[in-house]
Amino acid sequence: MTATRTAYKWVGTRPVRHDGLDKVTGRARFGADFATAGMLHGAVLRSPHAHARIRSIDVSEALAVSGVKAIITGADLPELDDNQVEGGEGNATYRDLSRNILARDKVLYEGHAVAAVAATTLRVAEQAAQLIRVEYQVLAPVLTIEEAMADDAPLLHDDLFTSGLDSPPKEPSNIAARHVTSRGDPDAAWEEADLVVEREYFTKAVHQGYIEPHAVVAQIGEDGKGTVWGSSQGHFVIRTLTANVLGWDPGDMKFIPAEIGGGFGGKTTIYLEPLAALLSRRTGRPVKMVMTRHEVFRATGPTSGTWMKVKMGARKDGKLVAAQAWMAYEAGAFPGSPVGLGVMGIFACYDIPNVYLEGYDVVVNKPKVAAYRAPGAPMVGFAAESVIDELAEQLRIDPVEIRLRNAVAEGVRAVYGPKYRKIGLVETLETARDHPHYSAPLGPWQGRGVASGWWMNYGGETSATVNINSDGTAVVMSGCPDIGGSRASLAQMAAEELGIDVHRIEPVVADTHSIGYNDLTGGSRVTFAVGMAVVSAARELIEDMCSRAARMWDVPPEEVEWVEGRAQSVSGAFPPLTLEELAAGSARTGGPLSATNTVNPRGVGVAFSTQICDVEVDPETGRVTILRYTVAQDAGRAIHPDYVEGQMQGGVVQGIGWALNEEYIFDGDGVMENPGFLDYRMPVASDLPMIDTVIVEVPNPEHPYGVRGVGEVGIVPPLGAVANAVYAATGKRIQELPMSPVKVLEALSSG
Amino acid sequence: MSRTYVTCVVNGDPVDFLCHDYQTLLSALRDELGLTGTKEGCGTGDCGACSVILDGQLVCSCLVFAPEAEGRSIETIEGMAEGQHLHPLQESFLEGAAFQCGVCTPGFLIAAKALLDHNPTPTETEVRYGVAGNLCRCTGYDKIVRSVLDAAVRMREQDTRKETA
Amino acid sequence: MAQVFFSNALQGLTGGTTEMEVKASSMRALARSLEEHFPGIGLQLKSAAVAIDGDIVPSAWWETLEPDSEVHFLPAISGG
Repeated sequence: MTATRTAYKWVGTRPVRHDGLDKVTGRARFGADFATAGMLHGAVLRSPHAHARIRSIDVSEALAVSGVKAIITGADLPELDDNQVEGGEGNATYRDLSRNILARDKVLYEGHAVAAVAATTLRVAEQAAQLIRVEYQVLAPVLTIEEAMADDAPLLHDDLFTSGLDSPPKEPSNIAARHVTSRGDPDAAWEEADLVVEREYFTKAVHQGYIEPHAVVAQIGEDGKGTVWGSSQGHFVIRTLTANVLGWDPGDMKFIPAEIGGGFGGKTTIYLEPLAALLSRRTGRPVKMVMTRHEVFRATGPTSGTWMKVKMGARKDGKLVAAQAWMAYEAGAFPGSPVGLGVMGIFACYDIPNVYLEGYDVVVNKPKVAAYRAPGAPMVGFAAESVIDELAEQLRIDPVEIRLRNAVAEGVRAVYGPKYRKIGLVETLETARDHPHYSAPLGPWQGRGVASGWWMNYGGETSATVNINSDGTAVVMSGCPDIGGSRASLAQMAAEELGIDVHRIEPVVADTHSIGYNDLTGGSRVTFAVGMAVVSAARELIEDMCSRAARMWDVPPEEVEWVEGRAQSVSGAFPPLTLEELAAGSARTGGPLSATNTVNPRGVGVAFSTQICDVEVDPETGRVTILRYTVAQDAGRAIHPDYVEGQMQGGVVQGIGWALNEEYIFDGDGVMENPGFLDYRMPVASDLPMIDTVIVEVPNPEHPYGVRGVGEVGIVPPLGAVANAVYAATGKRIQELPMSPVKVLEALSSG
Repeated sequence: MSRTYVTCVVNGDPVDFLCHDYQTLLSALRDELGLTGTKEGCGTGDCGACSVILDGQLVCSCLVFAPEAEGRSIETIEGMAEGQHLHPLQESFLEGAAFQCGVCTPGFLIAAKALLDHNPTPTETEVRYGVAGNLCRCTGYDKIVRSVLDAAVRMREQDTRKETA
Repeated sequence: MAQVFFSNALQGLTGGTTEMEVKASSMRALARSLEEHFPGIGLQLKSAAVAIDGDIVPSAWWETLEPDSEVHFLPAISGG
């Protein structure tokens, strides 16, 4: 399936999104907005300890409270084996997933769910939860990678043996896995380098920070079948995970997607869903569960804190000859950090002949990490882009120029193995270099940094249906929740194919009983993969309509072509038949006009972004202010440029928060000290300037409209770009995030 | 447990409801009156998703107890459009793509309305501070700020038209 | 001949071989051939991510191969 045209009527335009009106009037229904008659409310009892053995749980007093209908604990979930969870994001086994839903013999982080209560009101449920008596044997918490990897570290799991070692370990440890990738001979290649820079970096766990807390309503009938309403990044995957954790059949539950109030990877897994479903099954009544913000912080996935050591060598001309990195990622309470993607991504922007990469997946007494926008890539971007900046400075080469001299392009073999196809890193670098921002003057205590970033993107299992109504309007059905405007982009591609107005098309996100399976809204895949399925379905419809016209005209099908929403006879012998006419007459020409397409596509376009950041540092307070920010990102082709820009801007600002302010802070006992938006400081409007965007378009030749995923790569460069700008402003290289005022002041007062 | 009877005005209409003393105005709006356009993002007044206008003042409805609404006037997102006519802020947000997931949007619209009600000609900086109590994690605020500035222009143009008419 | 590349994790089973040419017109045929060369590798391949001609392919084991195809076995990875 390849791009055939370059001039479009709908693709590349900025129509008002179809779901927009409901969202500006408050009518859109998000996860917590659903309620139904006879509904019970659920509450979760969570561990106050970061690491403890559960000696006993006594629910009798809580159960006796008037209005309490059911209480479940880990003993109520089936024991599952070590099968890897498929379809979800982030690595986990079902055994661990189940133990994260409800703790069994141990609690492994403060906030770990221990029991769930269903009662007639939320207040009764919450009060009853506090009457559950849990006897804990408190254990020493393991809170940092350094502590966790120490030989004498307390163990989270006494059955965890490191995978990926050269010889199998005899003793369990907190190191779940080792990933190694290498090529060439870096040890020998350091000799060829005129300059070698070796540095160490640290980043903290940060949260996805979606504004909508997790919410679900489950109604399971006496026959074990039922309906679940809720917001997620993929109701098919959430259904599968929920059913498997409960030992039920996925097909027994219909999952109806609510509008989702942000996810960024964090709503690709399950927390409340099995609890609500099981409580509903036990009580025979619908059960609603909604997390508080404190629960979201304490019990849902942040992404990994990291410890990284990076060494890179370059010749005088800036050509990189060797690179080496050691990186360890916090997985949280159970194995499965995105360190593998860190290994793939750390040098993915550069063509380096000799590389050795070693990554470690390390468990600590913190919430189990979940996917967060380009999982694993921003942290290594911080490290690698900081080192490159240092090389450029010492070699007296412009920072964009040194990246251009090493940039990967079509045909170059990625560090992780395959050869790149058509990609746009060089174009993003050239765009940044030529942008007026790059040469604008700076004042005292101001500095400019640049960084590039890579993300691989994803395809995934996809189904889509296009139905033509008898009035000539159309419905485009997909099964991927729309987080950032994907319904509009799908409708635009369908409009382009069918030749009708984009607002004559209604795009909907269908429930699990109304459309075929769809993977998550994740991996920047929806406009790419679902777009492919929609385009194929629309083309099938066009073929159907043309063949109907051919039969009406009694000509061979090849004598009919589809032009701007009409079937035309090539010879011109017949007046054209519009889509409206064909739709109105479909009952007499073979029945309804409908087509479904399923695809598990290849041809995902790898995405790159290059960003320029100006900061001003206040030497009195250490506060870093972002003065100006420009993003050049390869989108392949922007279907709806507003929402492509929005993805770029949103990713950048999340990265700025990661760089400057955001971090999980724990006390010595492993209790999170900042589980709220007051102290977990995400960027607000007054912290920021406009985020200027340049959409670079190097079309992905494997997609009918040239689409690459755009959602994730924008968050990869900011950590490095901000750090490099802070260095340019202060002369201090800060190697630990976040660069909070305290840390900047410390750096300024050091030698 | 006894409940308190509260009468107030919501979006111009007299309403009444029963509530517990511990209930927030946010909970009363959503759970007692079914006005779920006002969202809960944090429950601690830090995210602004629950913004409403109470007697002309922008407040986080999660920080107001429901019985405090007695005798007062409340504006929520559901009352922002007048009949079939969207408020200029709603139009600007739609046309300016000022939201992605949309869960923070009602709060931003209310906060922006409160700003423009008090200051019809804000600078970019004033807009940024005017909505600094509202968190958006999707957009990076760029298109929100532009849309508020655009709405201010639209509202001034509307006023000019009204005056000359 | 398809060119096959092994990740470091698989090189323990290939005796250090990093890449080799295999005559196979499909991924299934490729797996059979590799199992003959390196007994026991089949099981490990199942859990690896597979890139064919530059694409990470979720349904890799259904794919056919071109004579000049490149197949990479990578560490299993989570999506984004």
